[in-house]
Amino acid sequence: MTELSGWGRFPRVDCRVVTARNEADVRAAVLEAPLIARGNGRAYGDAALNAGQTLDMTGMDRMLSFDEGVLVAEAGVLLSDIIHTFLPRGWFPMVTPGTKLVSLGGAIAADVHGKNHHIDGSFRSCVDWIDLMGPDEVVTRVSTGDDMFDWTNGGMGLTGVILRAQIRLRRVETSWIVQESRALTSLADTIAAFEDTMDVPYSVAWIDCADGPHHGHSILLLGRHAVPQDLPMRKPEFKVRHKPKIPVPFGVPAFVFKGFMLRMLNSAYWRLGKFRAGEALVDWDTYFYPLDGLLNWNRLYGKRGFVQFQCALPKDTASEGMEEIMRTIAASGEGSVLSVLKRFGPQSGHFSFPMAGYTLAMDFPANERSLALMEQLDAITLAHKGRFYLAKDARMPEAVAKADSRAEAFAAMRAKAGLKKRFTSVQSERLGL
Amino acid sequence: MNGPVLILGAASGMARAVARSFAQAGHPIQLAARNVARLEDDAADLRTRYGTEVTLYEFDALALDSHAAFVAALPALPEVAICAVGAMGTQKGSEADPLAASHVMRSNFEGPASVLAHLANAMETRGSGTLVGISSVAGDRGRASNYVYGSAKAGFTAFLSGLRNRLAKKGVHVVTVLPGFVKTAMTEGMDTPAPLTAEPEEVGAAILKAVTRKTNVIYTRPIWRIVMAVIRNIPEPLFKKTSI
Repeated sequence: MTELSGWGRFPRVDCRVVTARNEADVRAAVLEAPLIARGNGRAYGDAALNAGQTLDMTGMDRMLSFDEGVLVAEAGVLLSDIIHTFLPRGWFPMVTPGTKLVSLGGAIAADVHGKNHHIDGSFRSCVDWIDLMGPDEVVTRVSTGDDMFDWTNGGMGLTGVILRAQIRLRRVETSWIVQESRALTSLADTIAAFEDTMDVPYSVAWIDCADGPHHGHSILLLGRHAVPQDLPMRKPEFKVRHKPKIPVPFGVPAFVFKGFMLRMLNSAYWRLGKFRAGEALVDWDTYFYPLDGLLNWNRLYGKRGFVQFQCALPKDTASEGMEEIMRTIAASGEGSVLSVLKRFGPQSGHFSFPMAGYTLAMDFPANERSLALMEQLDAITLAHKGRFYLAKDARMPEAVAKADSRAEAFAAMRAKAGLKKRFTSVQSERLGL
Repeated sequence: MNGPVLILGAASGMARAVARSFAQAGHPIQLAARNVARLEDDAADLRTRYGTEVTLYEFDALALDSHAAFVAALPALPEVAICAVGAMGTQKGSEADPLAASHVMRSNFEGPASVLAHLANAMETRGSGTLVGISSVAGDRGRASNYVYGSAKAGFTAFLSGLRNRLAKKGVHVVTVLPGFVKTAMTEGMDTPAPLTAEPEEVGAAILKAVTRKTNVIYTRPIWRIVMAVIRNIPEPLFKKTSI
């Protein structure tokens, strides 16, 4: 047995881990006992934990073919592997989350989104087909238009084991990003700025939730892939190297994430951002993956770990809902060091997280006060017809998840297709999926 | 030098990592194992990642009389030949059934030594090349918990050291690799201490470095050198009372 947890290090579960190195290993595991497939363990909570059998897919990490941006690869390949292999040849993932250390299978299962969701949609928009092993050990190739394709993108690994997939990469002319950063001073201003910049490929805002919406200082980061003309002389068009990682050896004392210190941290971050506002040329790694440079940054919160809260609110209720969320957080004195606000484009898929509107992501130290605060945030989200991101969830009660009518439909589909008995995670049991 | 690299026992997790290290360094790769169909995906992976040339060869380490023909049939004598053949078996199984023990001994010593002997002779004639044998720290001292496997690896380690001694004057270098615990199918389900357990990628990188620098003996995690020095030096009267 191995003690496993998601990236948030909460909760931890003793799991029997089985490694898959080829399809035969997966078949043996599927026949053996109920299981959940696990990629690189970057989902924050318990989505990829199963005490009876957790199937480690990182041993299936082969890239099988590549032709003009069309890649066929096994589920355990990491996005970082794909980037290091193909960015020097002028290709970049169509959609990437804030870490490059996710597996291909995990990106599909969580249907991850990036800073370009408002233009390019979620990860599924670059997926052509998926080879899926079902409960009867039969492998089915599901592709755009198939019902099971829609359930699998965003299905949290609960529709079967994703073995391999074909995805499309994006042509880029350089490995650099032209970044424009703006310092804003309230939630309303930030949302207005997002609405004004809908044609910019990448956008995201770091927002200070500790002081309430009217003091919601934010740094809006806009970006686009640089073309050779954007580069100063003698800057190489493609610079892709493995950066050394800085280890985080121990946790930061808890008081840092509370009250005065927290407000100071957020304010310092904003002032720095304001100072640096304007246009800059940034390398791909710094722009897309600022936290990947810190090995184990999840240890910052110490032994007990941390919990993410990420909700999406529809466009028409978003500003009101976000305001209430920020007011509630400010009143609680708890808070998140850096919260991330992002504009979403339209929903796609049967059970994926994004919906046209706004998403806010925050992390809190795992303790009783923040868990209680998150229950308040749940209620606000539901009152504004919002939903929650399963890849970040570690603690939602079943009733909250089921408030999203799609969850009932997902569970019903799983029961009918015989998936419920074979593919289960601590999360799927908790949420009754 | 970017000559071909032959990997024997290419289906293992460690061999996959070794192949990637050498392919990334620009070498064409020759993969050899029983049932080559299993290697198709690995070959595709090496071609896709590194654009390198990969060829596959049927090879059975236990079929000693096929080894001469196997080496002769390679389209090019490799610049580097790496033997990753091995089988752990279980100590209990080996104790209960001497035939099972014999299989472990033949897979870890006789078979690898035989194929390397053929390659060594060919490289000696040519006057250049590197042979790499993946042995084990288990060969450093026989222990109750896995002495059958350990004794075969001890034999293989001694074979490699003798081969190195013989070929040093002939322009052929021999590297002995002593991995401790490595996260592969072989150690699956074993509870191995994290600081002593290497990822297969570490072994791949370590072997590439050892071949380039002509190192003689490498422990893939340096800490093992100390651990094994201690274990080797425990006096026998004391050692027989331990259960390490």
